[in-house]
Amino acid sequence: MSGQPVSNLAVDGARGGLLDREGALAKLMIAPAILYIVAMIGVPFVLAVLYSLSDATTGDPSLNFVGLRNFTAALEDPVFRLSLWNTVFFTLASQCIVVLLSRLLATALLKTFRGKWLVRFLIMLPWTAPISLGTIGWLWMLDSIFSPIDWVLRYVGLLGAPDALLGAGTNLYYLGIPGLAISSIILVDVWRILPLATVIQLAGLSSIPKDLLEAAEVDGASPWRRTLMITIPLTLPITSIAFLFGVVFTFTDLVVVYVLTRGGPVHMTQVLSSWTFFKGIEGGDLAQGAAISLFMFPVLAAVAILILRMARRTEVV
Amino acid sequence: MGCVEIRGISKLFGNVRAVDQVDLATNEGEFLVLLGPSGCGKTTLLRMIAGIEEPTAGEMVTDGRVVTHLPPRMRDIAMVFQSYALYPHMTVYKNIAFPLRARGVEKEAVRKKVEWAAGMFKIERLLDRKPRELSGGERQRVALARAMVREPSVFLLDEPLSNLDALLRASAREELRQFQRRVGVTTIYVTHDQVEAMGLGDRIVVMSQGKIRQIGTPMEIYQWPADTFVATFVGSPPMNLLDQGDTLLGFRPETFMPTDAVEGSGGVVTYPFEVTYLEYLGAERLVYGTVGEKSHARHVVSRLPGSLILPMEAGKTYPFAVALRDLRRFDKKSGLYKEGGPS
Repeated sequence: MSGQPVSNLAVDGARGGLLDREGALAKLMIAPAILYIVAMIGVPFVLAVLYSLSDATTGDPSLNFVGLRNFTAALEDPVFRLSLWNTVFFTLASQCIVVLLSRLLATALLKTFRGKWLVRFLIMLPWTAPISLGTIGWLWMLDSIFSPIDWVLRYVGLLGAPDALLGAGTNLYYLGIPGLAISSIILVDVWRILPLATVIQLAGLSSIPKDLLEAAEVDGASPWRRTLMITIPLTLPITSIAFLFGVVFTFTDLVVVYVLTRGGPVHMTQVLSSWTFFKGIEGGDLAQGAAISLFMFPVLAAVAILILRMARRTEVV
Repeated sequence: MGCVEIRGISKLFGNVRAVDQVDLATNEGEFLVLLGPSGCGKTTLLRMIAGIEEPTAGEMVTDGRVVTHLPPRMRDIAMVFQSYALYPHMTVYKNIAFPLRARGVEKEAVRKKVEWAAGMFKIERLLDRKPRELSGGERQRVALARAMVREPSVFLLDEPLSNLDALLRASAREELRQFQRRVGVTTIYVTHDQVEAMGLGDRIVVMSQGKIRQIGTPMEIYQWPADTFVATFVGSPPMNLLDQGDTLLGFRPETFMPTDAVEGSGGVVTYPFEVTYLEYLGAERLVYGTVGEKSHARHVVSRLPGSLILPMEAGKTYPFAVALRDLRRFDKKSGLYKEGGPS
């Protein structure tokens, strides 16, 4: 009789519930994420590869294999080459500025001062607003006739007067002149990514033990040397992550260019994603569009690998 | 070289007086220990000497030079932090070289000094490692080497042994003492561990609530506590205090012995000691109990050497005594030591 409860226990243990079988439970719980990734990223990616090797159009999406014709055609297209260059240039330029500004902002936000929460709130605001709405706001700010920036410049006498610093015209036409249009795109890209980067940098800075900086101080290091030898090296992994995240967001972004300039003036601000859209969707050449978009893949894959490696490095330090 | 003088230093954090009107002067080359419970202001005082914290009031002088408002790098002072604060991204070599490079010492000279400092703490084979690859004891040595490499005139240590296990702590304590004797640099050492303080210090500064309670040699602190705080903070178990009107009568547990064992050349005071509890600790026995009338019953502890073989039982009363020369008297109100022989 005394053996009865023991054997019951043994049977329970052997059968177990699903909740006790860690292997099966793990698979079950990760399944939705995998399904999601396959459906939303895997399938479109395979489709893009298939389209890029075919002559599919929006009118006739059947897949007839044409080899690498779409890729060679893209490479011979000067607009594509300009888009590729612009994508790289806009991304790098904006993200370098973002890293600098976010470090400055994070350093300032580390200190305690009155109204700090308000400053934090204002800095986070661009990140919470939908990117398209924010960009439309910028579209108005940079309007060729009603730009409030021009109005302020005219008001302080920098614009509109015969001897004004920025010229006698009443407006600067931010989105109509190549140099200004490029600068405007980069400016909005910076504005867009800065909140995220600041938050990441703030986390990095506040994770440095206070002891280390004090030890460096006692060891005789000047503030400049402390920044250079302690703060920057210790936050380098997390700064790189902020940078790489910014690269991914900016490199693939369509909205800023589409809303502000539609790639103009004369393709001067065209980027890979906008050119893909204009060629593949608005122009109807699905195959060309797919081929152009696939040029983003190696860069993004490299960045993804870098992010993962950086994340591992931060864990060790 | 190597004298720190503190004149009326205070530090307020908001309304809290972390350090309150402290005066202190080190002697050349001495090992001075700041001892006190956590929150007594000893670390804050040390940080003010280092220059990391600025005093609210008072003046600080090192080697005849007023340094009260100078940044740390303009004082000739090195410090070892409780966490060691090694730079995690640098190798041991670069960690030790850091203070020299910050002073713009030439490369070859840096190499020589680093090797000298590493040799002094026997960590030459660790020079290429990163701090995370070191054990606690090794990290402590690296921190010491980094502090010593530029041969400061004053050496500050903030509980450097508290992160080591008990065995390592004892040997590290001995090494530290020998090293300090050899180099002869003025050292200020913060700890809350009285054993460390007694073992290391030439002089001990006992602090409580931001104030200095007593400065003296370990012997003076232990034998002649300036007040009841020092009497009960130093020594384990603490000094027994018996209420006698407006006076508190104090005696160390090891001086409270069975009457036969007390050497009474200068006279003794005897008490009937009612034992309540016994602790056998190997080398010694702790006997807890009460003396005096029921209404005035006071808890006292006796510490008997293990060699004293004497059967003792809880619940029984034994004749115990203290030699007159071991009795200390304190004012009940102020807690301060009172001169004069025992009643």
